[in-house]
Amino acid sequence: MKLPVSITVNGVTRTHEVEPRLLLVHYLRDVLGLTGTNIGCDTSQCGACTVILDGQAVKSCTVLAVQADGSNVLTVEGLAQNGQLHPLQEAFWEKHGLQCGFCTPGMIMTAYDLLQRNPRPTEAEIRHGLEGNLCRCTGYQNIVAAVQYAAARMGG
Amino acid sequence: MATKVIGTSIKRREDPRLITGEAKYLDDIQLPGMLHAAILRSPYAHARIKRINTEKAAALPGVVAVFTGADFKDLPPLPCAWQAGGVKNNVNTPRVLEIDKVTFTGAGVAVVVAENRYIAEDALGLIEVDYEPLPVVVDAEKATQPGAPQLHENAPNNICMDWSCGDAEATERALSQADVVVRQRLVNQRLIPTPIEPRGAIAQYFPATGEFTVWLTSQAPHVMRLLMTAFIFGIPETKMRVISPQVGGGFGSKIFLYPEYCLVAALARKLGRPVKWMETRKENYVATTHGRDHITEMEVGATRDGKITALKVKTYANLGGILSTIAPGIPTTLYGRMLSGAYRIPNIYCQVLGVYTNTGMVDAYRGAGRPEATYVVERAVDLVARELNLDPVEVRRKNFIPPEAFPYDPVGILAGLKYDSGDYEKTLNKALEMVDYAAFRREQAEARKQGRYLGIGFSSYVEICGVAPSAWIGLPNQGWGAGLWESANVRVHLTGKVVVTTGSQPHGQGHETTLAQIVADELGIPVEDVIVQHSDTLGTPFGYGTYGSRSAAVGGVAVYNSLQRIKEKARVLGAHLLEADPADVVFEGGKVYVKGAPDRAKTIQEIAAAAALAYNLPPGMEPFLDDTAYYDPPNCTFPFGTHIAIVEVEADTGQVHLRRYIAVDDVGRVINPMIVDGQVHGGIAQGVAQALWEGAVYDENGQLVTGTLTEYALPKAEFFPTFEVGRTETPSPVNPLGVKGAGETGTIAATPAVVNAVMDALAPFGIKHIDMPLTPERVWRAIQQAQGR
Repeated sequence: MKLPVSITVNGVTRTHEVEPRLLLVHYLRDVLGLTGTNIGCDTSQCGACTVILDGQAVKSCTVLAVQADGSNVLTVEGLAQNGQLHPLQEAFWEKHGLQCGFCTPGMIMTAYDLLQRNPRPTEAEIRHGLEGNLCRCTGYQNIVAAVQYAAARMGG
Repeated sequence: MATKVIGTSIKRREDPRLITGEAKYLDDIQLPGMLHAAILRSPYAHARIKRINTEKAAALPGVVAVFTGADFKDLPPLPCAWQAGGVKNNVNTPRVLEIDKVTFTGAGVAVVVAENRYIAEDALGLIEVDYEPLPVVVDAEKATQPGAPQLHENAPNNICMDWSCGDAEATERALSQADVVVRQRLVNQRLIPTPIEPRGAIAQYFPATGEFTVWLTSQAPHVMRLLMTAFIFGIPETKMRVISPQVGGGFGSKIFLYPEYCLVAALARKLGRPVKWMETRKENYVATTHGRDHITEMEVGATRDGKITALKVKTYANLGGILSTIAPGIPTTLYGRMLSGAYRIPNIYCQVLGVYTNTGMVDAYRGAGRPEATYVVERAVDLVARELNLDPVEVRRKNFIPPEAFPYDPVGILAGLKYDSGDYEKTLNKALEMVDYAAFRREQAEARKQGRYLGIGFSSYVEICGVAPSAWIGLPNQGWGAGLWESANVRVHLTGKVVVTTGSQPHGQGHETTLAQIVADELGIPVEDVIVQHSDTLGTPFGYGTYGSRSAAVGGVAVYNSLQRIKEKARVLGAHLLEADPADVVFEGGKVYVKGAPDRAKTIQEIAAAAALAYNLPPGMEPFLDDTAYYDPPNCTFPFGTHIAIVEVEADTGQVHLRRYIAVDDVGRVINPMIVDGQVHGGIAQGVAQALWEGAVYDENGQLVTGTLTEYALPKAEFFPTFEVGRTETPSPVNPLGVKGAGETGTIAATPAVVNAVMDALAPFGIKHIDMPLTPERVWRAIQQAQGR
């Protein structure tokens, strides 16, 4: 049995028939071919698959595609506008906030959500705000610096 | 145009594709007609496989095939490429799927191949396996004792190898004559590397030519091809192309040849369709290699004034149920041989028993042997200081190898190698300055009066990097069954744009940036004019891969050497174009010019065009600026440094808070400070995590209790303060770049620094040692016990 879903991803609305058990992350990656969103675990701990669903950061491995029916999803591929990197992308580059890059899309989307809610976070608030995202390369130091840099540039 | 890019923090050239989601990791690759594999893994740690029924699974719609180990009897067990040197190794390695017996939870016993992964996973549940469970042992010391369950017929008492280095007799004598001897049992717990990208493989087979293309999440694609073709499939290496796409971290765990890689290739050949297998995190935790897991009895002797006179070490190194690719080499060459640390210790003896237990495979994990050695040495130094009531800083100073003693031979235990260069006290002094030691001791004394327990811990380490000298590490000396050189090809295209191909294999380190910096400086061209290609055996020269902090010190030097020959050819061609005698021209700042007449010049771009067009070359000169270099260093490199941790321990709860962390590393000449700092930060995080939080736990039945990220305490951003990073720069005399290696220093140094800090905080309770991880429960119990409760 398949169910129809209509989801707007990065501004484009598309309709597909999907299995009810299909995870949103697999819908994004396998159905739409948006492979920027990564999968790093199977228990919703790592946060690599974080996307913005109707304005809020979610781990797309904990959402079924059918639950996202009618929703708006923003993934890392939708951040840059008119060939201009988003300030968070610029910041991660500038501050060396990534090494292997695998956690990066999820980390950036979580930071996007954090800065929306709190445009001028303290270092402690940033560290707390990233608690749902694991990075094994950076020791988080330059990720924190990148979020601070982006916050300043975004006028927070 | 004398660019100087080496030593500057240019932004990484690999980042644009990573921050936009454009990068293609293994799981992002889709091939037409591709099938998906899922592996059934043993729920038992030790069992005989009596019968497997795959009928129901095979009948599920969407399932293409189900196979068991018996279907791959023609493929031999995987090779063990690094055995402990100079001793007999009782080798047992995995098969693509196990046939008769499993020796750890998570060993693969059957595989389903289906149209998609959801169906493949459904079908796993329909396979019926009849196991006969066998007795289990998970502790390496217990496994060697009489009556312990026996894992392999060829390994009595579960001993894979009994290896030693140093002088047993002299060490015993020195211990018996020492003013003071401190003994301590140290458990260096098992860790799970946990790159955020798990492992995976895709294989495609072309029946018409008998050729494979295999994509692997590998730190060493050339070695994978060599091992798979020569040892598994028995075909020439020309019949297989191996590609590592974007790799999402490795920390050692992606160096090795794994059964699933060979299985996926075999499936593609059997089924005539491409096959993908992507590891789940649960699989990653049971079936990818772990690190550390040593039980060590340490004895250290010293004079009354704190001069260390002898160190004796006996270590049980848990290797798991079966051997990973280089498992025996890690606790021997990279551990025992580094037990002198940063100190002049006149007598050292180390015995290592490599032991099979019913646990997952253990192999190199970031630092690989050196963190274990550094933990022993740095704890020993602190225990001596405590015993003699001396300042641990002074005991370090008293025992440091002095700068004038280099090259330094640590009483023969390095088997012919010598520490290349160092100024250990300089890093200690700088770190003390950064922390303001005197002020901290005052603060600590004040805090103690208020019932608050602050502690400071030091770790002055030396490590071994740029692992190479083929003549040293290759058979028979250190048991590595191959060489360890690296290669590079440099081509200057017609437009002056440069392509470097390297056999090194980046997976987060930034080779595309740092190798380009070397080219930019040597040729005097912008970094933007250089691209670095890697990761594909089709287009790159052979390389042994990226691990052991060797890509700059070995792979980078290959690039440098290649550039020297390119420059010389450009110089000769430039002289020809200038109608000058080659003896009268120099290559400098991106151009060839006549000495004393810098205006008579040809730029590297003009020379590259002339070399490519080739209608006006000196007699006998071949077209094009193109050179391939193979570099095999004369020695390893030995980075060093001092790290300091400051902690506060809550006596009521046992909670440890890391208040400050200071790192002063000397990794030789630095190519990109931003990248080196990033490596240090990440390394520190992993090292601190071992001291305080992480630990893989098997229960007595061999079940991995910490089997997911829910149970395994991977650190989060809020666990850490901002690390304070300093540096000294002592160029390595081993290579012309003066580089040493920066990938592992943080991990190696941090663990004992934090443990020493906690023991310093707990000194008022008389507590000298607690085994890691220093969780609140363990610390609280130790305090309770110390208070006689």
